[in-house]
Amino acid sequence: MSEEFKVEIVNPEKSFLKKEDVIEVVVPAFEGEMGILKDHISIISFLKPGIIKILSKIDEEKYYVEDGIVEFKNNNLSILTSSILKLSDIDKSKQQDLISSAEEQSKSAEINDQARYLIDQKLEVLKSLN
Amino acid sequence: MASLDDLKKRIASVKSTQKITKAMKMVAAAKLRRAQESAEKGRPYSQKMNNVILNLSSGISDKENAPKLLSGTGNDKVHLCVVMTSDRGLCGGFNSNIIKKAKSYFSKILEEGKDLKIITVGSKGNDQLKRVYGDKIIENISFKDSKNANYFDADKVGKIVIEKFQAGEFDVCTIFYNQFKNVITQIPQAQQIIPLNNEDDENGSDESYEFEPDEDEILSNLLPKNISTQIFKAMLENSASEQGSRMSAMDNATRNAGEMVDKLTIEYIRSRQAAITKELIEIISGAESL
Repeated sequence: MSEEFKVEIVNPEKSFLKKEDVIEVVVPAFEGEMGILKDHISIISFLKPGIIKILSKIDEEKYYVEDGIVEFKNNNLSILTSSILKLSDIDKSKQQDLISSAEEQSKSAEINDQARYLIDQKLEVLKSLN
Repeated sequence: MASLDDLKKRIASVKSTQKITKAMKMVAAAKLRRAQESAEKGRPYSQKMNNVILNLSSGISDKENAPKLLSGTGNDKVHLCVVMTSDRGLCGGFNSNIIKKAKSYFSKILEEGKDLKIITVGSKGNDQLKRVYGDKIIENISFKDSKNANYFDADKVGKIVIEKFQAGEFDVCTIFYNQFKNVITQIPQAQQIIPLNNEDDENGSDESYEFEPDEDEILSNLLPKNISTQIFKAMLENSASEQGSRMSAMDNATRNAGEMVDKLTIEYIRSRQAAITKELIEIISGAESL
């Protein structure tokens, strides 16, 4: 039996990515990284800023996300996110842009602890990209 | 009867109008293709979002303590209506259809003795509503500067709505927009977004999900997002409808102008011929009398 399942990433503008031969997806879920294999139990969870890894037989793709929802059901994984970038598309200047905008956000006083935690996460992830 | 010169001028002016409407039609057609594409591409997101929420809300055990965005405030007194229209005119019945739908809803609400608050998105709706419901409009948002409907704008509207909801300013929120069916047909829609109306969707699966973190937290995070998403969907549908409506309106205008030019041209030729005939008769009868 094949060990493959389907994954679809959608953002508000369009269907960002569709793959049917995925073996494992690692998502930065809210309570820690989560690897999803075929026949995983149905699950709904949140994403925090981090890297999505999509492994298929032939290659491995990495995406950077800031937020989103994952839903896994009947071997269909849907990831809804409003901010997603392919890791290979982020160059130094883009990375710098993202970092500085995140730093700006963290400076503004009107954010609660949860938002601050998310921004710190974001910064950490962004700085570790290379 | 108009003189030859007048007719000539009129023909020229109708022709130049026709040129303008034709150009507008072309532009609308080009924009329509893009808008339609993004409307269609945007549908999966809002649908998926809706599905997730349906699954979540059917799985929620404690209905009493469900987030207010889902279950409502328990009251039905103050209605907020978000009327989404375009910023530009000359698009046929596009704006008036939405306004008509909204107005009939407004009068129903007011008849029932409930309070009404209006947010208009797009300046055309504001123009048409402020005469009758001017005192009810609490906010007017316009995105004249942004070329295409984008999620960022929708999020702004969504945040305003949620802010007002959390401040207890209204109980029920409905958005009005045109759903794009095809170029000729756009259906004005009234969609209730707060509280979430999911009576007609019974296809939420009974399969149980694992939640991480728990349901309540997911729901309270997801619902505000859903509102922005629904508004974004409405904006996408609206922009496709606007272009479609403009395209068919301008197509009609071009055709009408063509008809008018034909009619005027015939009239012009006839009166020119009449003048020539008259002159000939004068010459001939002059020659005969000699």
